[in-house]
Amino acid sequence: MHKNVTSTKENALAIDLTKCHTILSKYNQATPADLIPILQQIQNAYGYLPQSALEEITARTRIPLSKIYGVITFYSQFSLEPRGKHTIKVCTGTACHIKGAPDIKKKITEVLHIHEGETSQDYKFTYDPVACLGTCFLAPVMMIDNRYYGKLTVEKTETILKSY
Amino acid sequence: MEKLKNPDDLKKYRKSLESKHRPDIVRIFICTTGCRALGADEVCKAFKSEIEKQSLKDKVEIVDTGCQGLCARAPVLTIEPMGIFYGRVTETDVPEIISRTILKGEIIERLCYAEAGKKTPYIRDIPFYGKQKKIVLRNCGMVDPKSINEYILRDGYAAISKALSGMTPDDVVNEIKNSGLRGRGGAGFPTGNKWEFVKKAVGDVKYLVCNGDEGDPGAFMDRAVLEGDPHSVIEGMLVGAYAIGSKKGIVYVRAEYPIAVEHLNIAIQQAKSLGLLGENILGTSFSFDLEIKMGAGAFVCGEETALIASIEGKRGMPRPRPPFPATSGLWGKPTNINNVETFANVPIIILKGSEFYKAIGTDTSKGTKIFALAGNVKNTGLVEVPMGTTLREIVFDIGGGIPGRKKFKAAQMGGPSGGCVPAQHLDLPIDYETVKEVGAIMGSGGLIVMDDSTSMVDIARYFMEFCQEESCGKCVPCRIGTKRMLDILTRITKGQGKKEDIDLLKELAEVTKSASLCGLGQTAANPVLSTIRYYLSEYEELINKKDTQSLPQESPATQP
Repeated sequence: MHKNVTSTKENALAIDLTKCHTILSKYNQATPADLIPILQQIQNAYGYLPQSALEEITARTRIPLSKIYGVITFYSQFSLEPRGKHTIKVCTGTACHIKGAPDIKKKITEVLHIHEGETSQDYKFTYDPVACLGTCFLAPVMMIDNRYYGKLTVEKTETILKSY
Repeated sequence: MEKLKNPDDLKKYRKSLESKHRPDIVRIFICTTGCRALGADEVCKAFKSEIEKQSLKDKVEIVDTGCQGLCARAPVLTIEPMGIFYGRVTETDVPEIISRTILKGEIIERLCYAEAGKKTPYIRDIPFYGKQKKIVLRNCGMVDPKSINEYILRDGYAAISKALSGMTPDDVVNEIKNSGLRGRGGAGFPTGNKWEFVKKAVGDVKYLVCNGDEGDPGAFMDRAVLEGDPHSVIEGMLVGAYAIGSKKGIVYVRAEYPIAVEHLNIAIQQAKSLGLLGENILGTSFSFDLEIKMGAGAFVCGEETALIASIEGKRGMPRPRPPFPATSGLWGKPTNINNVETFANVPIIILKGSEFYKAIGTDTSKGTKIFALAGNVKNTGLVEVPMGTTLREIVFDIGGGIPGRKKFKAAQMGGPSGGCVPAQHLDLPIDYETVKEVGAIMGSGGLIVMDDSTSMVDIARYFMEFCQEESCGKCVPCRIGTKRMLDILTRITKGQGKKEDIDLLKELAEVTKSASLCGLGQTAANPVLSTIRYYLSEYEELINKKDTQSLPQESPATQP
């Protein structure tokens, strides 16, 4: 892939590849099995997977960019787009579903004007789809970054979102 | 820490720990895993600073534990040796708990478990705990999962020590076979037989994988075990590795479980520093090393061939079997994959013997099963009961029944691969076979209680939406079958159903079931078939009353 393909969003953020190089330096003889852990660390460092970082991975590991792209698009954890400062995950597990998760999701869309998988225009929030957070006793529950908010109501959800 | 060089060293080490153990001290066990979501960390900190302030360090000790089960009362704590159980504790309660309960022995009523207005301060009197039998969860909530010493004090690593000092790998396989232990991941395949296949398989390298990709919505038992007692999983894997002749193990954990990964990492480091993982374990020729792989968010990776593909760094798609992983798995080598809960059962079987284990459960299903009790039930939480316990006992005696004035309608068992069990089967003794007969599956153990306000057609649509989103798209029956079934179900819930829809659904369900490549597609139609079987009238009502109000709709999720 040619560098010109890099999205304008990314150019605007000017990627510093130092963190990427530090991560890759741990993998002198990278095998295909290292790909997912490398991607996870890069995403942790940058919040998403910048294209220039993917090109570095391909140069270092010799895994073709097309294969890397295939893996990235398969797993819901990975994002090719810059993400918001905070990540919202609303649990859509069975217990949450029967206890009103659909209303919570509607409220989030109403307040932030984003649907699942989208990032708000001010890059404050990314709203991620998630199947189940495994905390059914808190139903309905959402996570913002690493913090849980349980036993939600529509009103509570609005207050929480506005506190960020 | 110095490495333990033989089984006697382990015994001596344990003795030295016992001599430091102080029975006269009051211990406050606080769940800081699941309860963290409701402020357990703050409660813990408040206790520690209060103890410091009042100089009570010699009298009171705080133990951060894993899940204590009664999540409905989170944050929870247990005070020993008195056996007092408090729930919904906040930071502001802490000084009072210290001054009244710890120092004066008084009970603070407002923090006690209450049922029908009756306060129950002591854990032994709480019905939620009374009917349970804790084998897998034996340490969960009783030990600090970040301390290998506490695990060793409760017979930890005694099973692998026993296996290494007096049992051949064949003895171990036979003991597990004789115990009747079956895979707790859902399918219920006999664990001992699986081990035997891999043991007999030809290969210079063999892999042992622990499947911690707990993906079923509504299941959280593997999370609790990994967070609350990670050493029991490591020990179970050690025994398995010795039995099948593996030197390399991998624990595959969901990325959504950061605390599980953190505790497992600590546990692995501690086991290594004591020489319980690594080269020449306990001075024998047996070596075993363990690493963690984190999932990246794909439900299908719970399927074993997809899980292997994911560990290999590929798209996590399943492949046809045979060859089974037992002969050609990870990197083409013989691979044994068991679930977290399965491994956590192993140390007890080795330590207490298969006869002890066999005595628990039903004819075909031995031992206990953990259920994640959630939904419209009072005592949501984690319960472990002997196989053969009835649904009524779980939902009403342990779960405390349905909140409000609502009535029990169904229990959804087995997640998206399972089905809904209606009220007429409440007295069914639960085991692998009986659950299957009534149209659900044991699955990983998610048990979601639904009251009479729940629409069963909506539930069927909900699960189909889940399966359709998670279908990896490799095989046509699953990719298209789930999509078409979802279309029909959505149509029905919108009040646009047609008369022929039910027959069409059944037909699609059968085809998807019989033609799909892996378990995801093969079981995706189960929630549809089971709700049609028991709640046909709800489907017909929605189809016939087109013009009445339709069910609430969710906006379709946008896939990135």
